[in-house]
Amino acid sequence: MLAKRIIPCLDVDKGRVVKGKKFKNIQDVADPVELAKRYNEDGADELVFYDITASNEERDIFLDVVEKVAREISIPFSVGGGIRTIQDINNVLRAGAEKVSINSAAVNNPTLIKEAASKFGSQCIVLSIDAQETSPGKWEVFIKGGRKNTGMDAIEWAIRGEQLGAGEIVINAIDTDGEKSGYNVELTKAIADAVNIPIVASGGAGTKEHFSTVLNKANADAALAASVFHYGEIPIPELKAYLEEQKITVRR
Amino acid sequence: MIAIVDYDAGNIKSLQFALDKLNVKSVLTKDPESIKKAESIILPGVGAFKDAMVSLNELGMTKVLREEAANGKPILGICLGMQLFYEISHEDGEWEGLGLLKGSVNRITDAVKVPHMGWNTLQKDKESPLFNAIPDNPYVYFVHSYAVGGDFERDTLVASSEYGGTVPALVQKDNVTGMQFHPEKSGEVGLKLLKNYGEMIS
Repeated sequence: MLAKRIIPCLDVDKGRVVKGKKFKNIQDVADPVELAKRYNEDGADELVFYDITASNEERDIFLDVVEKVAREISIPFSVGGGIRTIQDINNVLRAGAEKVSINSAAVNNPTLIKEAASKFGSQCIVLSIDAQETSPGKWEVFIKGGRKNTGMDAIEWAIRGEQLGAGEIVINAIDTDGEKSGYNVELTKAIADAVNIPIVASGGAGTKEHFSTVLNKANADAALAASVFHYGEIPIPELKAYLEEQKITVRR
Repeated sequence: MIAIVDYDAGNIKSLQFALDKLNVKSVLTKDPESIKKAESIILPGVGAFKDAMVSLNELGMTKVLREEAANGKPILGICLGMQLFYEISHEDGEWEGLGLLKGSVNRITDAVKVPHMGWNTLQKDKESPLFNAIPDNPYVYFVHSYAVGGDFERDTLVASSEYGGTVPALVQKDNVTGMQFHPEKSGEVGLKLLKNYGEMIS
């Protein structure tokens, strides 16, 4: 049976992993390659690297990190952050990433998803959506690291993304990101029910129960988290043992 | 020396890194001549079937791959690489494959989420040295929207997986082997499968 995936997310700035709360107050935590190795050994099913740097120079440092990670670990990982062109996608795939995650650039230029899916295949094109509740039961898409409201409906954007050829959607709830108060089950479920591609829930993991809730109740295929893993608050083997007790299929 | 066919099909580096870990010498190549010289061939691949066939044709690989396979040279297809071994794919139309194996490639049913993405278990359909030192029903990493079906030869099935029906996951006929999952991304199990494959053909 297909297992539900547990995905540590690593935000990388100038070659180091950092973790921000609500995208602000960024703190340095670790060497990405070392952290990736540890997660690989702990049984993480996949990793996500977000390049949160801006300049081209730093982009090269990041590609170097991607290649080092690919050399060290033998589980899949995706790369996101600052992906704007087909060439950007090609660069990270050639450096050893399995998938690329596209966020703001897809909003600004939806045909990027279409072109990328047709060139590299849907399986490696992930649409990443940062969403925030703007009125009860209504979520809108934010870009530029959660700073700019596009006014687009998040569920409609997810459906459009699937039609354009995205092979997976990461849904990051800005409201809960970094709060450790639980994933946004309502939003995740609304999107999972609207499309027929895998959904990764993101933003808000604080306890093991949060993982089981979103995987069980929101029809999510994977749950992504950062700080609870980086700071060792929830060891992955322990989390997986717990999920198994909750009758969730996990890879062990 | 293993020749990995390079036709710009996405992430090939992980495969090279996996072979490096196993101390297996490999070379990435676009040159049909080095395919001829190699002891074995790996056809990797992610992306669209049609584009892959177009690239292989442009590189003059199609004929060479068919000839080398017919000569008995071991050839391993991974993911799309395995699908290219079949006669026909119905991915966005109808496209002719290499025809090394009988059968067709068809879209996974929409009764399940497509792509089939993530870790799924392998069920053994027959005994094989490929499973040496690998526990029963191991998890391997899949990511694909199309799967082998049609009139493929059931006795070529070495292992399969369940996802909206039976997914041929590991197939073998003489010197031709296909893995629908990504052994290079399947952790320790995947590395062992590659190692066992290497020992099997040497």
